[in-house]
Amino acid sequence: MKIGVVTFPGSLDDVDAQRAVRLGGNEAVALWHGEHDLKGVDAVVLPGGFSYGDYLRCGAISRFSPVMAEVVEAAQRGMPVLGICNGFQILCESHLLPGALIRNDHRKFVCRDQRLRIERTDTPWTSAYSAGQEITVVLKNGEGGYVADEATLDRLEGEGQVVARYVEHNPNGSLRDIAGVSNERGNVVGLMPHPEHSVESLTGSGTDGRGFFTSLVEAVLA
Amino acid sequence: MPRVVVDVMPKPEILDPQGKAVLGALPRLGFTGVADVRQGKRFELEVQGEVTDDVLAEVSRVAETLLSNPVIENFTVRVEESVEVRA
Repeated sequence: MKIGVVTFPGSLDDVDAQRAVRLGGNEAVALWHGEHDLKGVDAVVLPGGFSYGDYLRCGAISRFSPVMAEVVEAAQRGMPVLGICNGFQILCESHLLPGALIRNDHRKFVCRDQRLRIERTDTPWTSAYSAGQEITVVLKNGEGGYVADEATLDRLEGEGQVVARYVEHNPNGSLRDIAGVSNERGNVVGLMPHPEHSVESLTGSGTDGRGFFTSLVEAVLA
Repeated sequence: MPRVVVDVMPKPEILDPQGKAVLGALPRLGFTGVADVRQGKRFELEVQGEVTDDVLAEVSRVAETLLSNPVIENFTVRVEESVEVRA
């Protein structure tokens, strides 16, 4: 499959995301924030970083970039979209995902190997995992606190839209230990930790993150 | 040129780590008696022509669309009265 990785001004993890896409057995296609063009890709990854300097709010300006108009439309038609860290923030600002991400409750930037529990596995990004599987991937954020009102949180839990949860340690004050959520349909997934940094044993915390990038192939072959 | 001010504040139920940091600094500086601090943003929009109801409605749309995130923030819109320049 062809998976597009968007580069915004200030993206940091686009090249790592492209590499993870290739290691996952897919073709990585570079997409540019300033173009109304998805280049015929089958899925899109919005990588981490500090797009548009994160001015105003994280993801608030990126949301209105030309490429995002295409991503939003494609996502609404069912195209798989994965937002990692800053990409998660952009998906929330775009209203493709519920809730928002605010500054870490302890006010410090956090960088650690983080234990997660994968809870939703019927998405195109998580089907390689088994429900309840625990993995360790890199986490690095300053504004990673997931918040939503109580009714939204109850709905997310009730509909099974919590994709991943922090275990052992909540690194940023996210409500109900939520590390990642999906839309109702499951094609759009946002995740604060960074599976694309955990795909090779030479660097990072191991290879537990690979599943996010092999799931698409498995979803198609299944 | 008339000025329209948009104040954006985190919703009361949303944690405000920046406000908490400011609050924490006050006693260290010898300021006592402040029970809570919330930090928000102020936008000053210089608009062309008169500030009509239509203009204010449009500024509200700007505030709702871009300046604030309705999931975590509230906003208010008001016209700032022109202030005479004093010597």
